[in-house]
Amino acid sequence: MPTIKSLDDLKRIREEALHKRQAKVDSGSIEIIVGMGTPGIAAGARETMKAILDFIEKESVNDVIVRQTGNIGLDSWEPIVQVMVGNNPRITYGRVKADVARRIMREHVLGGNPVKEFIIEQ
Amino acid sequence: MLGRIPGKKGNSYMAFYRSHILVSVDPECLDKGAHKVIDALNDELVQTGLLGEVQVLETSRIGDPKLFGPDMVVYPEGVHYVRLNVNDIPFLVEEHFLKGRIVDKYREKAAPVSEEELGPPKSKEVRVVLRNCGKIDPENIEDYIAEDGYQALAKVLTEMTPEDVIKTVKSSGLRGRGGAGFLVGMKWELTHNVVGDIKYIGCNADEGDPGAFMNRRVLESDPHSVVEGMAIAAYAIGAQKGFIYCRAEYPIAVRRLQIAIDQAKQMGLLGENILGSEYSFDLEVRKGAGAFVCGEETALMSSIEGLRGEPRPRPPFPSVKGLWGKPTSINNVESYANIPQIILNGSEWFASMGTVKSKGTKTFTIAGDAVNTGIIEVPLGITLREIVYDVGGGIKDGKGFKAIQTGGPMGGFIPAEYLDTPVDYESLASLGSIMGSGGMVVMADTTCMVDMARFFMEFTQEESCGKCVPCRVGTRRILEILEAICKGEGKPEDLDTLEMLSKQVITNSLCGLGQGAPNPVISSLKNFRHEYEAHIHEKKCPAKVCRALIDYTIAADACTGCMVCARNCPVNAISGIRRQPHVIDQDVCIRCGICMQVCNFNAVEVN
Repeated sequence: MPTIKSLDDLKRIREEALHKRQAKVDSGSIEIIVGMGTPGIAAGARETMKAILDFIEKESVNDVIVRQTGNIGLDSWEPIVQVMVGNNPRITYGRVKADVARRIMREHVLGGNPVKEFIIEQ
Repeated sequence: MLGRIPGKKGNSYMAFYRSHILVSVDPECLDKGAHKVIDALNDELVQTGLLGEVQVLETSRIGDPKLFGPDMVVYPEGVHYVRLNVNDIPFLVEEHFLKGRIVDKYREKAAPVSEEELGPPKSKEVRVVLRNCGKIDPENIEDYIAEDGYQALAKVLTEMTPEDVIKTVKSSGLRGRGGAGFLVGMKWELTHNVVGDIKYIGCNADEGDPGAFMNRRVLESDPHSVVEGMAIAAYAIGAQKGFIYCRAEYPIAVRRLQIAIDQAKQMGLLGENILGSEYSFDLEVRKGAGAFVCGEETALMSSIEGLRGEPRPRPPFPSVKGLWGKPTSINNVESYANIPQIILNGSEWFASMGTVKSKGTKTFTIAGDAVNTGIIEVPLGITLREIVYDVGGGIKDGKGFKAIQTGGPMGGFIPAEYLDTPVDYESLASLGSIMGSGGMVVMADTTCMVDMARFFMEFTQEESCGKCVPCRVGTRRILEILEAICKGEGKPEDLDTLEMLSKQVITNSLCGLGQGAPNPVISSLKNFRHEYEAHIHEKKCPAKVCRALIDYTIAADACTGCMVCARNCPVNAISGIRRQPHVIDQDVCIRCGICMQVCNFNAVEVN
C-alpha cells in the first residue's frame, strides 16, 4: 500500500482509484457486489457469496469481479446482490438465496437477461 | 410459498410412508372441491396399490386459494400442485407416485413481481451519513478515497486552523447524534479551550437501544468516515489519541473498524506527521462488554480506563476532566460521520437541511409494526406521520396506528394526535420523549401500552448499574407495580404511586439512564391512562395482550376441525376429532396464542 505524504499524494490515489473503476466499466467487465453487513449475513449472504464463487469456478466464468459491500439500507430484502455489466445501469436484486444467485449467474451474467422477479431497483 | 407442514413435529407414523400429500382444506378450496380431490386421490391410491406408501393429509391454506385452489403439496419433494380437478388425479398419481416424475403442468409458476409494487424505495430520504453505505467496499480504503475520502482531513490539515474547524462545525449547527443534542462544535470548543498537553477524543459506538442499529450500519459499511471524522475532531481539540468504544456484540463492525484503522495507518493517514504536517494522531478500538449504561459518556470513560462501567457525577465535565483526568471530548458515531461532509461542503450546506434549531439529517431505525422496517436517513423536521406512513409504509396487516416511541427505551410513547409533530430535539422533548440515538418503535392498535411500559421498564431496570439508589431501587419498584397491573393484581392507588416514583427517579438519578427510564411510564400514564384503569378496575386488557387477563376459545360454528391448532398447541390443551369443532381446556392453556396464529378460519377468539 502506498504511503500518503501530502495532499497531492491523496489526490493522485483518488485519481488512480477512479481510473481503475472507469477502466473496469470500459472493459465491459461484470461486477457482482454482495451486501455483507450483519443483516445480509444473517439472511444468508455467505451462502449466496459461496454459490456465486462456486458457479464462477465450475463454469469457468471470466472477467467477473466479485466484491462485498456493507448495508445498502433495505434490510428486509437481504441478501442483496448488485450486478453491473460494463456501462449498463446497476441492477439490484433482493432476497437472493443461493439458488437465486445461481439463476442470476446463469441468466443475467452469462445470458444477459436480468432475472426480473427478484429485481428491487434498476 | 409453501404453507406450514402440519404433523411435522414428532409424528411417529411419518416414517412408514414414503410420500405425503397435503391437501389444503381452506374454506375457498373446499368450495372449489378440495374434498372431492381428496376422495379421488384416495380412490386412485387404492387402485394403484399405493395406499400403504402414500398418505393423504388435510392441511390449512397453502397458497392463495383464489389463485391456486384446490392445491396440495407433495413431500418429500415439496412440489406444489395447483388448480387441481378431480379428472386430473389419475394422471397425476400415475406420473408422480408410480413413475416418479414431477408433473410440471400442474405446478405453481412463480408470479413475476410487478415493478410498481416495489417502486423506488423511501423517496423522502436524504443520504449524507449513509451516502457510501452499500456502495463502497468497507474493507478497501481506495474505494473510500475514490468517494472523496480523507479529502476533508487533508483540507483541514493544509488550509484550516483548529479554531477554523471548530467555527465551521459550530456554525453548521450539528448537534450530538447520541441523544442529548449538545452542539458538537461547542463541545469541541470547550475541550479545545482547556489548557493541557494531553487530551483525548472518544467515539461512542456502544449502541445499546433495543432495535436500534444505525451506528452499526455506518461502522460496518463506511468505517473510514468515522475514522476521518475523529481525526478531524482530534486536530480541532488538540488530541493525540482517540478511542472508539464499540460493543463486542458488533463483531463485524469491530473487525472492519480495525481494518480501516490499519489501512489508514499504512497509508499514513493516521499516525505520526499526517500528510507531512506537524499533526499526529493515533486511534484504538476498545470493545465494550455490552452493558447498556456504558453508552452514558462518563460510564463509557470508566470502562475505557478499565474500571467498572459506572457513571460519575458531573461536573467536572469530560471536557475538563475526562479519560484519566485529562480533557476529553466524546461524540457519537453519526456525529463523526457527518464531519467530513460538513468540512467539504461547508457549514451553510449542512445548515440548509433541517429546522431552525435542529440542522442536517438524522438516521433512524424503524422497528415494530411498520410495513418497512429498517434504517432511514431523513432531514430533521420531517413529521412523524411522514416517517410512519411515507417512509415506513404504514402499519402492518392493515392495523391501525396507536403510538410511536422515539429515542429508544428511555423515550416516551407519542400517540396518534401528535403525529404531525416535526422530528427535532425540542419538539420531541415537549412531548415527553427524546431524540435519543434514533431508534423508533411503531406500535399498532393491538399493542397493550401497559405491557409496553412494563417491557421497557424491565429492560432499563435490568441495565441499571446500581450505583445510585433512586435508579437501582426506584426502577425495580416501578417494574413490580407494572407487573402486578399486567397480572390483574393492580390497585387503584398504584397509578399515583407510579407517578410519584417516576418523578423521584427522574429528578434524583445520577445519569441519563435513571433520568430517562420512567419516560415510557409517564407518557403512557398521560396518553393511555384508560388502559391502566381497565387493567386495574375491570381486570381487562383492552388490547388483549396481558395473558393473565385473557382467555382463548374456539368458536364452534367457525371451526372446521382441521386439527392444525391441536397439533401446534405446545401444552396439548386442545382436544377434538377431525372435522368436528375443537375445544380449549382453560386449565391447561398457557395463553400463548399460537392456536390463533395458525388457525386459517379465524375460529379462535380471544376475550
